[in-house]
Amino acid sequence: MTALLEFKDVDVHYGPIQALKKVSLTVNQGEIVTMIGANGAGKSTLLMSIFGQPRASGGQIIYQGEDITRKSAHYVASNGLAQSPEGRRIFPGMSVEENLLMGTIPIGMEHCDEDMERMFTLFPRLRERRNQRASTMSGGEQQMLAIARALMSRPKLLLLDEPSLGLAPIIVKQIFQILQDVASTGMTIFLVEQNANHALKLADRGYVMVNGEIRMTGTGAELLVNPEVREAYLGGH
Amino acid sequence: MSQSTGIDIKQSLVDTVIAGLMALIVFGPIVGVLLDGYDFNLQTGNVAGLVGVVMMGRFAVSLFFQSQAGRNFLYRQASKNDGVTVTAPDYKSNLRWIIPVVMVLGLIVPFIASKYVLTVVILGLIYVLLGLGLNIVVGLAGLLDLGFVGFYAIGAYGLALGYENLGIGFWTMLPLAAIMAAVAGAILGFPVLRMHGDYLAIVTLGFGEIIRLVLTNWTSFTHGPNGVSAPLPTLFGLEFNRRASEGNIPFHEFFGLKYDSGFKYIFVYLILFLVVWAVLYVKHRLTKMPVGRAWEALREDEIACRSLGLNHVLVKLSAFMLGASTGGIAGVFFASYQGFVNPSSFTFFESALILAIVVLGGMGSTLGVVLAAFFLTVMPEILREFADYRVLMFGVLMVVMMIWKPRGLVRVTRTGFATRKGTVK
Repeated sequence: MTALLEFKDVDVHYGPIQALKKVSLTVNQGEIVTMIGANGAGKSTLLMSIFGQPRASGGQIIYQGEDITRKSAHYVASNGLAQSPEGRRIFPGMSVEENLLMGTIPIGMEHCDEDMERMFTLFPRLRERRNQRASTMSGGEQQMLAIARALMSRPKLLLLDEPSLGLAPIIVKQIFQILQDVASTGMTIFLVEQNANHALKLADRGYVMVNGEIRMTGTGAELLVNPEVREAYLGGH
Repeated sequence: MSQSTGIDIKQSLVDTVIAGLMALIVFGPIVGVLLDGYDFNLQTGNVAGLVGVVMMGRFAVSLFFQSQAGRNFLYRQASKNDGVTVTAPDYKSNLRWIIPVVMVLGLIVPFIASKYVLTVVILGLIYVLLGLGLNIVVGLAGLLDLGFVGFYAIGAYGLALGYENLGIGFWTMLPLAAIMAAVAGAILGFPVLRMHGDYLAIVTLGFGEIIRLVLTNWTSFTHGPNGVSAPLPTLFGLEFNRRASEGNIPFHEFFGLKYDSGFKYIFVYLILFLVVWAVLYVKHRLTKMPVGRAWEALREDEIACRSLGLNHVLVKLSAFMLGASTGGIAGVFFASYQGFVNPSSFTFFESALILAIVVLGGMGSTLGVVLAAFFLTVMPEILREFADYRVLMFGVLMVVMMIWKPRGLVRVTRTGFATRKGTVK
């Protein structure tokens, strides 16, 4: 297995506060890797530091053998890393199709029609709403749109930041089912989640982050039965 | 208001009586009682007339609002959604009929209108250009720019000083001013890339003032408040003055016409008219292109844009530069049409007026900007008698607009995408 994305002792500071402390992890080709942790553990910081927002103050972030620690966000995004950001961040005034078109920026409009059709097959709800403004859709549909938009750039690695945020349990289930489908096409996924139960069931491997440090690592199934994880993230039962 | 679809006459009558009573209370003491020394006369006839007019008006309004058309009107006014509607992919706007008519009318106007009307229309068209330029920066890219007049000044002074010092004429300056203003836009754009909202507004405000103050105080170069004269455009070297400069023939002599000072306005108008259409076309295409979408996306969510791989530096700079270059072109026309420029034409009030055009027209709406530009430049001319109250009326209009139509005169519509040929439905 080849490592697609690798963190080597990455430190991130917000001014005097250290948000990530010597974080090391790897995401291999074709894997689903998840990172679980509580609020404020540094999960979103970790994802955003890949794009240099904020920039890592120490260590290395290596993507496909290239050091991208100091590269600009658009350089990273145009090299096969796509992100569905925390809180969805779709463009509310634009129609669904225009949102999807925004996702094609890194690769151009060449495969646009074909990819859009693929997205509409993957997310039939979006097809129904293709000419509707994105802000008029439900939270779940907006999350689907955010994921579809990220997939429009034909990424090698899909980064997801809390796709279950603020969604009803039944919608969360649907979203994770879709992620399963996406993964079965061979897509490498790095998922940051608070919903440990769903995330660990989906993932091949998982990391547990506490206060900016990686506390534990193992396969999804291992972590799911780990007493410490169960106590902290799965309600202790 | 009653919920039935029919017209409720009783309701209208009640409305009418209430309006009549209120009119009586208001007009009774003011109009009905006329002081006459220490005595007073009752003017019942006048009061009855006024109350009668109010009651009839209220009755008519009441009936209208109960009709289907009135209800639709009320609904449109009351709906407070953020105003963007997506039209069907095959939707054809009525504009495809209106645009050719406006074009033909616009080409006829200079030959039938008086010189005065023509100058007003030229001013209106200059503000259309300014509005379109600022619309890119404020309406599409969402960067609040309070110093837009700076680019306008660069274009105007570019023509005047270029002619004086280097002998550059109108036609050379037209593209050159666009480039100069675009460079100035980039110079302003770089330091403000990280700024948003209020902070950006302050910096751009400062930029506009710097340009004006330099023009005022650098007297050895710009002649300060005395201003500089600017040349008229030429038609293949033919000049429009009564007497041409050495070695040239004036336009009227070449064609054997009697000299008329109106010729130069007709000529400026025709060039300006064509340039406005060209700019309109370019802006229209830009909003449909990826760069136009990128501007709007940046306005809506900058972080999302960056995570999608959008180079926000390029996108913001392109908005600043394209907006500024349009302002520069407008400046060249302004200088040429006035024949003279001085710094007092480029005060903050101008920036505020241009911003008002964009806000009034509806942020991002091209049609709205065109209508608002004409409205705000032609109205003061029509209402010359109320010139003293111009700014007051302007303020009242702004307040009323923000309450009733916060999204501007013309709401933005987005065209839906048709499934392209070759893809499965």
